[in-house]
Amino acid sequence: MTTTSNVLDRAKTIVTDKVQATIPVDRQVQAAHAVKKAKRRAGLETPLAFTEAPIPNPADVPLAEIDVSNPFMNRQGKWYPYFARLREEAPVHYLADSPFGPFWSITRYEDIQAVDSNPEVFSAEPYIVLGTPPMPAEMFIAMDPPKHDVQRKSVQSVVAPRNLKEMEGLIRERVQEVLDGLPTDEPFDWVERVSIEITGRMLATLLDYPYERRRELTRWSDAMGGSAEATGGTTHLDDLFTAGVELARSFTALWHDKAARRAAGEPDGFDLITLMQTSEDTKDLIKKPMEFIGNLALLIIGGNDTTRNSMTGGVFALNQYPDQFEKLKADPSLIPNMVSEIIRWQTPLAYMRRVAKEDVHFGGQFIRKGDVVVMWYASGNRDESKFENADALIIDRKNARNHMSFGFGVHRCMGNRLAEMQLRILWEELLERFDRIDVVGEPTYVQSNFVKGYEKMMVQLTPKAGVRHPGVHTTAETSAV
Amino acid sequence: MGKITFVEHDGTAHQVELVDGESLMALATGSGVPGIDGDCGGEASCGTCHIIVDEEWIQTTGRRSEEESAMVEMSPECVPNSRLACQLRATEGLDGLTVRLPEFQM
Repeated sequence: MTTTSNVLDRAKTIVTDKVQATIPVDRQVQAAHAVKKAKRRAGLETPLAFTEAPIPNPADVPLAEIDVSNPFMNRQGKWYPYFARLREEAPVHYLADSPFGPFWSITRYEDIQAVDSNPEVFSAEPYIVLGTPPMPAEMFIAMDPPKHDVQRKSVQSVVAPRNLKEMEGLIRERVQEVLDGLPTDEPFDWVERVSIEITGRMLATLLDYPYERRRELTRWSDAMGGSAEATGGTTHLDDLFTAGVELARSFTALWHDKAARRAAGEPDGFDLITLMQTSEDTKDLIKKPMEFIGNLALLIIGGNDTTRNSMTGGVFALNQYPDQFEKLKADPSLIPNMVSEIIRWQTPLAYMRRVAKEDVHFGGQFIRKGDVVVMWYASGNRDESKFENADALIIDRKNARNHMSFGFGVHRCMGNRLAEMQLRILWEELLERFDRIDVVGEPTYVQSNFVKGYEKMMVQLTPKAGVRHPGVHTTAETSAV
Repeated sequence: MGKITFVEHDGTAHQVELVDGESLMALATGSGVPGIDGDCGGEASCGTCHIIVDEEWIQTTGRRSEEESAMVEMSPECVPNSRLACQLRATEGLDGLTVRLPEFQM
């Protein structure tokens, strides 16, 4: 029996590898799209859709019916009071029925750390979001060791601090360009003009992606992470698959183009593609397109929403705690610690999902093999037993670095140092230029139970006295890396 | 009481007072040794207190556990004598121990 299944497994692997290597990956994505549409037409699958309704106060809901998967929780400012109740009354909480099926919520800091550090019992496969992503991609974030370790190591070096150091000057220049082009005489959307723009530039820089096409990266990231099925989002199925196809085509072309340029004598850069091409482990990654695309998608999504929303969240938080902004201006050396504190306060990704691989007693509850377990980082980061006055932004907080937004254990965010660097540079450059960054009007929020994000946030800038007049647009914006 | 020396990647040495029973991560962060972050607070689950034990000491300290390996082996700077400082308890037998820091924690 075992032998038979081993043989079958091997055969399957051989066939899959062959398919992967011979059928263009964009065609594979299109095929998956067609299957999905056919299933829906045949009524084998009902698409999820969410309509916003006012969420009651947590005290008015029976404990067993609390559903923190509601994609409007963050938008309505309800997550934190709900999480506070769960941490207090049911830190390992079971919801029998939700649009995403039954799941456990882990909401205390220590419990989350324990689950995250135990991949033998709590598997990251097959997905790390609550629902089921319509497009399956091979991403190491949703793989268990040992496969995870091999794949992660193969791309890890691209965000090794040594490479980041080489890129720091370039990243700073681009941040400066964005900030110098901002209007100071009228309110504007911080998300669009700063957070998305800088994140897009950095992603393009990291990937050596055509600079003028950087918004594609943002668009693909938003589309692929935002389906109703996966996270309660609003992406239409067709847009999601279109993004997948475009991403697959673009990055396959980019890989070949880069290889040709290198062969023609172009000096090696510090970008991700070059690093992959020059590393023994990854130089043939293009021959495993699903893995190649999956991991690129992961790096794009991982580097997009997270940094973007921390860039917005930081400004928003400092507006809510103006004394902290004064503290920052008085002592800019607090920036690195403040960056950690912003990442804690914002928690741009609210959770990661795991599946119990065996029956396990945990936190006084009995979790069965196969149960979905959600580690709510957003809650752990506001756990008073770990962070005193946890809801407040305190830029010189002693243990800000202990935040769990990067996760713990083998899946800990590999871009953490890059994220910190981007945010540090942004704040250094902001302090150089502006005396005030006032949020004018309530921000609007992304519909999702996964991404804690902002759609729009209007701000008005006050330049520092004596600083050269911003609003100068440089032509360097469109020049190559 | 004894001393433990942390040597930064650029060669800067920091002597730290040995406190019996404390983890090396706690000793380093408590004494402000740069380059040891200890983001997870000592649970071997972040890999930001990576140290490299000198060869002549590795018999005394012992080698890293599987749990430590899972984290520290993701660092491109991992070598056979790499450990996580949070998993190494200071004892009087470690008086005079020298450990080196990688260029970067990640």
